Amino acid sequence: MRQLGPNEIIFILAAVRWTLLLSLVAFIGGSVGGLLVALGRTSEFKWLRLMMAGYIKVFQGTPLLMQLFLAFFVPGLFGWSVDPWTAAALGLSLHASAFLGEIWRGSIETVPPGQWEAAKSLALRYVPKMTLVIIPQAVRIAIPPTIGFMVQLIKGTSLASIIGFVELTRAAQVINNATFRPFTIFALVALVYFLVCWPLSAYSKAMERKLLVASR
Amino acid sequence: MSYEFEFSDVFAAWPELLQGLANSLVLSGLAMAIGLVVAISGALGQMLGSKAVRGLINGYIELIRNTPFLVQIFLIFFGLPVIGIRLSSNTAALVALVVNVGAYGIEIIRAGIESIQKGQVEAGKSLGLRPLQIFRLIILKPAIQAIYPSLTSQFILLMLNSSVCSAIAANELTAVAGEIQSRTFRSFEVYFVVTCIYFGMSIFFWTAFAAIEHTFLRKPTR
Repeated sequence: MRQLGPNEIIFILAAVRWTLLLSLVAFIGGSVGGLLVALGRTSEFKWLRLMMAGYIKVFQGTPLLMQLFLAFFVPGLFGWSVDPWTAAALGLSLHASAFLGEIWRGSIETVPPGQWEAAKSLALRYVPKMTLVIIPQAVRIAIPPTIGFMVQLIKGTSLASIIGFVELTRAAQVINNATFRPFTIFALVALVYFLVCWPLSAYSKAMERKLLVASR
Repeated sequence: MSYEFEFSDVFAAWPELLQGLANSLVLSGLAMAIGLVVAISGALGQMLGSKAVRGLINGYIELIRNTPFLVQIFLIFFGLPVIGIRLSSNTAALVALVVNVGAYGIEIIRAGIESIQKGQVEAGKSLGLRPLQIFRLIILKPAIQAIYPSLTSQFILLMLNSSVCSAIAANELTAVAGEIQSRTFRSFEVYFVVTCIYFGMSIFFWTAFAAIEHTFLRKPTR
């Protein structure tokens, strides 16, 4: 049996870069998808609103773990074999699209009707209306819950370990299997996640409080 | 697309899937019930406890909210035996879910308690309501109305999160899916069917909770 030495600890700590990279990729993918979902959800076409509502419900009503399993196996149906990294990035991006889409829909809807009417009476078309009038006002409200969701996403990347992607949690399992020091190892891993997530949570909470005061 | 779907092996395993579904529901229901006790004690401790107690409870909340559930369950299942606490995988899954949902529940319960207004209680007294009526109509009902939406969505999150318990081979739906998959090699079909089962459960609870809210917790319209 191997001893838990500095090399093993470094192996675990270094794996946090894969957790961060996966979170970043999923957040970028989820932002693009989420914007489309949010715009579709607030569009004037009923079929588009319903379709996006269905997309959100499916991702909110099924376990993230199942979403990752399906992201791993569905491409195989079309003859593409994907590695765990691609599957995890794909699954988490689709997951984030749904949740960010719902958060941003809420933010877009808080923009008062007068602003929509003003944009309309200025004869702005859809794109300038959204980019110049609605979205800049929605962003302010969207920031705290978006950062809150980032914490969920970072924690969610730990499930990529179950489909075999070696990030922080998987690296810890690998070292634990060789050294069998589960308490130390998983406590260390929990600490690393905490150090990554806690500042984001605290920032999100502080921002929320600030917005609340500003709106009074 | 040249893939041939073959669902018959999965459907043939329906008794196992049904058992897995039942186990998942029992696990989630138990975890929610015990988690509520944790959440209520935590919220009371946070409001009435000494500074040290409050700090401890806040630390617990922050620690749970900022670490993945998977790591929490590993720590409980693999880590605790090191200090002499050995739990079966089902018990460890239940404990992990309770610890997790307790932390989220404290904040929900606290928000409910804070929604009670002293002025309303005084108004009730001056209208000549009896103490029991005041408790039931002015304290309990508005508090439940305030926490009901977050508490029920927390339950659905918990039910979906319980799928992670398969990682320590607890006896629930996702673990059953894993067993069927390793026997039939029909990965897509198994996980597709099980995902549909989870989605069906979510739809059922969304509908049922909304119906309960509509029937019993309607707010008076002005």
